[in-house]
Amino acid sequence: MQPPFIGSAFKYVDNITYLDDSFCKGSFHFREDLPFYQAHFEGYPITPGVILIECAGQTGCIPLGYSILEKNKLTNLIPVLSNCEIDFFKPVFPGESVTVESEKVYFRKHILKCNVKMFKANGILVLQGNLSCKFLKKDDIK
Amino acid sequence: MEKDRHQIKNLFVEILKKYAKDPSLFENLNDNTEIIKDLKINSARIVDITLDIEEALDIELDDNDMDALFTIGESIDTIEKLVKAKT
Repeated sequence: MQPPFIGSAFKYVDNITYLDDSFCKGSFHFREDLPFYQAHFEGYPITPGVILIECAGQTGCIPLGYSILEKNKLTNLIPVLSNCEIDFFKPVFPGESVTVESEKVYFRKHILKCNVKMFKANGILVLQGNLSCKFLKKDDIK
Repeated sequence: MEKDRHQIKNLFVEILKKYAKDPSLFENLNDNTEIIKDLKINSARIVDITLDIEEALDIELDDNDMDALFTIGESIDTIEKLVKAKT
C-alpha cells in the first residue's frame, strides 16, 4: 500500500532502505532547484524546518504507518499529522542529502506515534523528536 | 492500596494537565467537562493519556475503555471500574 501522494510537487522521500512494522529508514536528497529555496531566504537558501518535518514524516512515519496498516489489513486510510515535538540541531542546505530513522512508540486507535531522527552526511544529527499521525477515512477528515 | 475515586480523579487531572495548553481551562472543572472540547486537548493525546493512566495504576484500557474517556466523570467511572476489577 502506498501513501496517496500524487506526483512530486510535495514528495520528500526518495528511498526507503529498511522497513518493518516497528522501524523505518529512508533518505531524501534536497535538490538545489527545489522551489522554496528561491524564497527561503533571499541570497541564503536554507531548507525550511517545516519541510524537514514533512520529510521526516514521509521518509519515516508514513511508510511505517502503512506497513502497520497493511499488517492489520486496514485499507483506504489517509495519514494526518496530529502532533509534533521536534528539536532542530543543524540546518540542511541545498544539495544535501538526509537519512531518516523512525521508530514506533505506539500504534493504537489508528494513531501512530514515532520517534524520529534525521541525519545528514557524516552522521550529523539534524533533528530529533516525536511525530504522531492519525490514519483517517476520507469522510472523517473535516 | 487501592486508590479511591477522589485520588483517581486527582491523578487523572494531573495527567490531563501534562497535555493541555491552557491551565486556566481547569479552573471550572466538573464531571461534565469534556476532555477534547472543553480542555482543548488534542484528540490524538488520548492515547498518551491512556498510556500514562495504565502505567500509573497498573491497569489496561481497551479500545472501548478509551472511547469512554470523554468527560471527566465518565473517565473516572471507567478508570475506577478497572482499578476495582484488578483487586
